[in-house]
Amino acid sequence: MGLGMRDIKRRIKSVNSTKQITKAMELVSSAKLRKAKEELEKTKPYFNAMEDTIRGIFANTKGIKHEFLTQRDVKKTAYIVITADRGLCGGYNSNVIKLANSHMAEKQNKSIIAVGARGRDFFKKRDFDFDGEYTQLSETPSFSTAQQISRLALELYKQGLVDEVNLVYTQFISTINQKPTVKRILPLEISAEEGSKGSKTMIAYEPSPEAVLDYLVPKYVDGMVFGALVESATSEQAARRVAMESATDNAEEMIGNLKLVYNRARQASITQEIAEIVGGAEALK
Amino acid sequence: MASKFHLQIITPTRTFLDEEIEMVVLRTVEGDMGIMKNHIPMVTPLSIGKLKINKDGSTREAAIAGGFVHVDREKTVIITDSAEWPDEIDVNRAKEAKERAEERLNKGTQDIDTLRAEIALKKAMNRLNLAQRR
Repeated sequence: MGLGMRDIKRRIKSVNSTKQITKAMELVSSAKLRKAKEELEKTKPYFNAMEDTIRGIFANTKGIKHEFLTQRDVKKTAYIVITADRGLCGGYNSNVIKLANSHMAEKQNKSIIAVGARGRDFFKKRDFDFDGEYTQLSETPSFSTAQQISRLALELYKQGLVDEVNLVYTQFISTINQKPTVKRILPLEISAEEGSKGSKTMIAYEPSPEAVLDYLVPKYVDGMVFGALVESATSEQAARRVAMESATDNAEEMIGNLKLVYNRARQASITQEIAEIVGGAEALK
Repeated sequence: MASKFHLQIITPTRTFLDEEIEMVVLRTVEGDMGIMKNHIPMVTPLSIGKLKINKDGSTREAAIAGGFVHVDREKTVIITDSAEWPDEIDVNRAKEAKERAEERLNKGTQDIDTLRAEIALKKAMNRLNLAQRR
């Protein structure tokens, strides 16, 4: 109890102002989360339709050779790591980074394409190879930035600078559940079983299946990157909301405890004062 | 009245169209093409251009920026980077984009930027064309 009343009061004040900040952040991120979720809903049809078409092509054409589909000996792997620009969102950033790190442990040569300041700083500090970095976009991802990122990845892959490209992002499962995930985007892996579920119709490809794939695969990669960006943005807001909510709860609990201590100290000082007065009166008799 | 089929036009940010229509005329990389009900299943990339949609005797037009079309038995899906009705086109923005692209082309450096500027120019011209004819 060693604290004086004034000290306790000061603590309460400081905890309270922290609480106000976390509460405000919680409200802001819930609003942003709602918006991000709408955005996520809107991008889903695009992504699904794209996937359906690609699957269809694989199911209907056998033995297509394409540079983005054939496996090469992996000498160098690129990682697109999507994190937030800012902290204060619980384990969101560290979970992504941790997963990326453990995945990278098995690879000999790797390079990073960092999206978001948090991931960039982390890998910069540890002297990783960088192929690119993008910041200030994690909250409102646009399709054109997604395109920039995927074009960079495709270019690196085409020139043989990397032989594999992985995407590390956070899957949005629900408001309280987000899962960091690694997905390989190049070379493309599309399983035949899933692809063959549809009817095997003869489909005409104009001008040729290869030409269609030439066009489609980069678009598909664009779409995957964009999907990952949007999903990560949504996860970020969700993670921040949850983190801020529990911070607010903790602050409230702390204030409660401090108030108890404060009242006890107050009572003790009153009791002491009375005792002193009584003592003084007694002495005068 | 001609029989109808299902057409979906999907962009990364929204579902642009999801309706039963009679005919759609597209500009593919190999030339214009009309699709009606019971078209043979096919996939082909589209070039930057306009789209004509016939439904109940009326025709609507839209600007699309590339993409591809997937014709299937049940439905036809157009997946594109962007699609706009004429009244949605931001004429000023398209004009600015056109000027920017022309400027870049005039500099005449031969690299990836030229290619990009050409595409941007095409997109801008396409939007302006459609918006002005309204």
